[in-house]
Amino acid sequence: MSRLKYVEERIFLVLMVASLVIVVGSLAMILATVVVRGLPALNLAMLTQTPRGGYYLGKEGGILNAITGSLALAGGATVLSFVLGLAVALYLQVFATDTRLAHTIRLALDVLWGIPSIVYGAFGFTLMLWMGLRASLLGGIITLTLVELPIVARAMDEVIAMAPFELREASYALGATRLETAWRVLVRQTGPGLLTAVLLALGRGIGDAASVLFTAGYTDRLPTSLMRPAASLPLAVFFQLGTPVPEVRARAHASALVLTIIILIISIATRSLTGRLKRHVIR
Amino acid sequence: MEDTALQIRGLNVAYGDQQVLRDITVDIPARQITAIIGPSGCGKTTLLRSLCRMAELVEGVRVWGQVIFDGKDIYAPQTEVTEVRKRIGLLAQRPFPLPMSIYDNVAYGPRLYGIRQRAVLDEIVERQLRAAGLWDEVKDRLHAPASALSIGQQQRLCLARGLAVEPEVLLCDEVTSALDPLSAQRIESRLLELKANYTIVMVTHVLRQARRMADYVLFLYLGELVEYGPAGEVFNNPRQARTRAYLAGEFY
Repeated sequence: MSRLKYVEERIFLVLMVASLVIVVGSLAMILATVVVRGLPALNLAMLTQTPRGGYYLGKEGGILNAITGSLALAGGATVLSFVLGLAVALYLQVFATDTRLAHTIRLALDVLWGIPSIVYGAFGFTLMLWMGLRASLLGGIITLTLVELPIVARAMDEVIAMAPFELREASYALGATRLETAWRVLVRQTGPGLLTAVLLALGRGIGDAASVLFTAGYTDRLPTSLMRPAASLPLAVFFQLGTPVPEVRARAHASALVLTIIILIISIATRSLTGRLKRHVIR
Repeated sequence: MEDTALQIRGLNVAYGDQQVLRDITVDIPARQITAIIGPSGCGKTTLLRSLCRMAELVEGVRVWGQVIFDGKDIYAPQTEVTEVRKRIGLLAQRPFPLPMSIYDNVAYGPRLYGIRQRAVLDEIVERQLRAAGLWDEVKDRLHAPASALSIGQQQRLCLARGLAVEPEVLLCDEVTSALDPLSAQRIESRLLELKANYTIVMVTHVLRQARRMADYVLFLYLGELVEYGPAGEVFNNPRQARTRAYLAGEFY
């Protein structure tokens, strides 16, 4: 009996270590590929100039158009989905609590979370045609917001559900309304978690290519107007990888490296901000 | 009897099909301490929480009957529930400070009611922290997180926070049961001081505590009011057999 238990324990330990190796190993290999292939092509001009000779064949210039475009697209979409997602999550948690409506909304958001972004792209494009918009920064932001919203809303919903119910009661007992309790108590209590939800959505948004392909388009210019097309890093990688020119393909890896570094910087910044927000959290 | 703070008339509470309070009718005297005693699960906490409309926060609860406070039924449709909860404060069994600083915890209520001037808030925070007996321990770190306080200090902070909205009634739900003996004693002596200005209703499991503090005693058994009267009479000369049995420790 005890021997069987021992064997069982060993088997599961081996399986867990194997999973860990697969996960960490594949991540490490991705990073290694990006760094090894991208670093040689990365230079100051890549970061500070727009492409020369066109994004598809140009060996000169840089990807500043895509860097600024991605920041504008994902930044705008994240701000919008933060505002909308927080409203949805607070509504689900404070006003609709356990109603059938709340369950339906949660189910819908879970389905939306899993829909491939190319479908959002197609839907966003239809929406833009209807609104009379052409491929533009604004169109891209609207579509990316739709991609990010289910992530933000559901993640925040789960985070707020973790706050002890007694905390709400403490606020209600002082005569606070549900809205006051939501704003002044729940948002503060769950601040670090809400920020993590935003980070999750930002990561998806900044790395998404398919949803912005038709809606934001692509351009060699910097994004200076909401009504003009905007470039993005994932599409830069996509176009550069697709050329027959080896130098440009190397630049694709440099673009991917830049994207990875941007995500890393955002993650570290969020971490430190989270630490500061944790000061007042009640456990 | 002195003037009455709360008139409870035919109050019933049910969770789903299970009725936990039956036809409670009793007057709670003003500026006295009334203790609700009774065995576990007899509805003490439910009764207390239904006096400030906090009982209804539980899913599937139904409350019917009247609780008349200041001439008005707190369960009347036109009554503002936030107004009821402001004027009838509740101190919970376990302290839950709000996720903010000590100062902001006490200022939370006054700010809800539109007080913004720093000087006014400063005065309220100091006065209520003194009333709760916490001022000397925290006056140098008012802006530190409330979560860093000990649990006994947290309970006094919750008392100060509750007092800051200037309620007329204080409902205390076994407020010392999570505390160490010294902290419990501090809370007790504060409540005894506060009864000069506040009507206090407390739930307690500890009969000795009820003997020490209560002016009136209300004995609940299986959701029914069995006996009610001045503490001396109920403790020394109970009229009902069930009260006698409970006080003698025959059941808990």
